[in-house]
Amino acid sequence: MSQPSPPETARRRDWISALAKAPPGRLAALLPDLPAHEMLRAPEIGTVMVQGRIGGTGAPFNLGEMTVTRCSVRLAGGAVGHACVQGRDKGHAARAALADALMQTDAAPRIEAQVLAPLRAEAAQVRASRAAKAAATRVEFFTMLRGEDA
Amino acid sequence: MYVAVKGGERAIDAAHAWLAEERRGDPAIPELTVAQIREQMALAVNRVMAEGSLYDPDLAALAIKQARGDLIEAVFLIRAYRTTLPRFGVSRPVDTAAMAVDRRVSATFKDLPGGQVLGPTFDYTHRLLDFALAAEGEVPPAPQAPARDEPVPHVTGLLDRDGLIEGQPRDDTPAPDLTRQPLELPASRALRLQALARADEGFTLSLAYSTQRGYGRTHAFVGELRIGRVAVQVDLPELGFAVEIGEVELTECDTVNQFKGSKTEPPQFTRGYGLVMGQSERKAISMSLVDRALRWQELGEDFTGAPAQDEEFVLSHCDNIQATGFLEHIKLPHYVDFQAELELVRRMRREAVQMQEAAE
Repeated sequence: MSQPSPPETARRRDWISALAKAPPGRLAALLPDLPAHEMLRAPEIGTVMVQGRIGGTGAPFNLGEMTVTRCSVRLAGGAVGHACVQGRDKGHAARAALADALMQTDAAPRIEAQVLAPLRAEAAQVRASRAAKAAATRVEFFTMLRGEDA
Repeated sequence: MYVAVKGGERAIDAAHAWLAEERRGDPAIPELTVAQIREQMALAVNRVMAEGSLYDPDLAALAIKQARGDLIEAVFLIRAYRTTLPRFGVSRPVDTAAMAVDRRVSATFKDLPGGQVLGPTFDYTHRLLDFALAAEGEVPPAPQAPARDEPVPHVTGLLDRDGLIEGQPRDDTPAPDLTRQPLELPASRALRLQALARADEGFTLSLAYSTQRGYGRTHAFVGELRIGRVAVQVDLPELGFAVEIGEVELTECDTVNQFKGSKTEPPQFTRGYGLVMGQSERKAISMSLVDRALRWQELGEDFTGAPAQDEEFVLSHCDNIQATGFLEHIKLPHYVDFQAELELVRRMRREAVQMQEAAE
């Protein structure tokens, strides 16, 4: 679906996504102190129209909208961060934008270790737990021995 | 002559104050929180999101609380709220083949890659009231099993490989948007699917059922039903690339329907498609049956006059907010209109009596 992209873009896409999908409360707990910054675009609530494809693979159609909040910030050092997160939590959007900006500075290893790594691990845990519950409901068919076959 | 009538304000204020009190119910009973509704009335929340056409579980739960559990009223609140929000963009079409499935069943194949996964279903329950739920208690944790990290391909793709079912080739025609342009007929399949995705579940269910009973029969099997989470990708102009901004839970249904063939093409199965926000399989199955019935012209079938085949009938009546708006407005004051009708009936009666007298 997505075009091949340079590793830098792929890495940034990855952290922006992890920040966007983070539970807002978790992100706030992991990133309590906010660096000095300027709001380029204060958190703003809106929607994104979600599309599906006919039959799963054909032409796109509009399924319905979802709420999102977007935000852009600039750190004192000049790094610019963007965020577009699901839901209507302005604090979530602001923190995600700040973390995106910090990831482009010397603070990147710290943010990676203190914020992104736990978020990724927790998201993987949630996903694995649902997958394990789904797996337990997987039907394992077996054939009963019938009289005429014996 | 038009006479404006005032004087209802005090009564309206009192009515709304009483509504708020009735909404709260007995104050001796603890008040419901929005989070409780979101977590424990999840399927009602899903229905409000699907028909409100806005994915936001917290807002849907709030709407349900405000509407005292009247789901159509809650959908109305969500639709009204949505109109206040700017739209930042359109997502990439979601990839349902990559869905993290909670549930995935096929009525057409027993053994299939990815398996039959029942998920948290009401199926096979005995539909006996569980009085244990009337008492508060802990729920034992659901069993877990090692997840197999394997792809869960669409069942219809397996049939498509052998040419046994109509293909659904990738196509990037921009989707028309019902919320931006007024409905025009004939509608494309993409527009019909948008209308059906937000259509009233009861109306869609009844239409789908009517096709099963013979009013536009299409002999549908559920080729596949899947429920789970898909990532939503959006191109962010400030970045210049697409990112995953969140996940939505969706229900998808693909039906396998009666064949179509011609002199040049051998017979193959045809398809109907349903995709609904949230966990909502009754709606998704209904949507795919109605989608298939509406395709009669495209597939060279006869129009039998069945309601489910009639695009204008279906699309003009499937939206419960439009329907309830027009239906319920007739209870609001129509004093002037009615006065005119009353005058008319009186005059006609007078004239009828005069004619009768003249005739005698």
